[in-house]
Amino acid sequence: MDLASAKVIGAGLAAIGVGMAALGVGNVFGSFLEGALRNPGAADGQQGRLFIGFAAAELLGLIAFVIAILILFVVK
Amino acid sequence: MAAEGGSGIDPMHQFRVEPLFGSGDWAIAGHNIAFTNSALFMVITLAVLWLFMLGGMKRALVPGRWQAAVEGMTSFVTNMMDANIGPQGRKFTPYVFSLFMFILFANLIGLFPLGVVPGWHPFTVTSHITLTAVLAFFSFGIVLVVGFLRHGFHFFSLFVPHGTPKVMIPLIFVIELASFLVRPFSLGLRLFVAMTAGHILLDVFASFVVQGLNAGGIGYGVSILSFIMIVGVSALELLVSAIQAYVFALLTSLYLNDAINLH
Repeated sequence: MDLASAKVIGAGLAAIGVGMAALGVGNVFGSFLEGALRNPGAADGQQGRLFIGFAAAELLGLIAFVIAILILFVVK
Repeated sequence: MAAEGGSGIDPMHQFRVEPLFGSGDWAIAGHNIAFTNSALFMVITLAVLWLFMLGGMKRALVPGRWQAAVEGMTSFVTNMMDANIGPQGRKFTPYVFSLFMFILFANLIGLFPLGVVPGWHPFTVTSHITLTAVLAFFSFGIVLVVGFLRHGFHFFSLFVPHGTPKVMIPLIFVIELASFLVRPFSLGLRLFVAMTAGHILLDVFASFVVQGLNAGGIGYGVSILSFIMIVGVSALELLVSAIQAYVFALLTSLYLNDAINLH
C-alpha cells in the first residue's frame, strides 16, 4: 500500500476518535441535565463545572482531530 | 494544504494569511512585518472592542442598554473570577477580562457575514495556533510568575496533593508535573481546533451549495438543504465562539487559583 493511501486511511481511523468525543460530551451534558431536573435550585451553581467538564471531554476529541491532520499533512 | 474533493473544494483557503496593501516586503532587521489580513482583523477586533467599552463608560446611575451590556460582561467575568479564585484574584481581573473579550470578539467577527460583498470574507484570527498559543503562554507565564513570586519553591507542593501516601509521591509528582506542563498547549489547542473545525465545516457546506447550483436538476435540492445546514451550523458556531472564549477565561482563572491558593 502506498503512503498516500495509508495516510488517508489513517486519517479516517483517527476521525473515529472524534466521534467518540461526541459520546463523551453528550455524557457530560446529559448527566448535568439529569441532575438539574432532579434539583433545579442547585443547577445554576454548578454551571461552571459543567463547562470545565465539557472543555476536558472536547479537548480529547480535538486531539484526535489534530492527529488526523498530522497524519494527512505532516507525515512525509 | 492539498485541495480536497474532486472539483477544487479548498476549505483551507479561508485561513491563508496574506500581506495586504502591498506590504509584503516590509521588514525590520530581516524579520518580515507585513501588514497581513490577520493583523487587519486583530485591529478590527480591537476597534470594535474599544467602541463597545466606550459606549458603556457613561457611568449613569441607572444604566441605559449599552452600559447595561458592558456591565453585564464585566460582572460576568468578575463573578467567574470571584467564584474560582476568591478575593485575591481581583488584581487579575483586567487580564482575564481582556482575554475573554478579545477571544469572544475575534471569534464572533470571524463569523460576520462579510461574504455578501463579492470577493471579501472575514478572517478568524483565533483559527491560527500562532495566536492561540501566544495567548495560552501568556496565561501560563502569568501563572508561573505569580506562583513562584508568591510561594517560592513551595510552589512545587502543588504537584503533591494532600494525603498522598509517601510511597507514591515520586510517581504522582511526575504525573502531576506532566499534566501541568501540558496546560498551555491544551489551552491554545482547544480554541484553535474549535475555530478551525467550525469554519472548515461551514466552508464545506458552502461549497455544496455552489456545486449544487452549478449542477442543476437535483442539485438545486442539495443546495437548499446545504443552505439550511449552513444556517444551523452558523448558530452552533456562534454558541461555540462564546463557549470557547468562556472556557479559555475559566481555565485561566482556575490555573491562577492553583498558583495563588496552591490547593
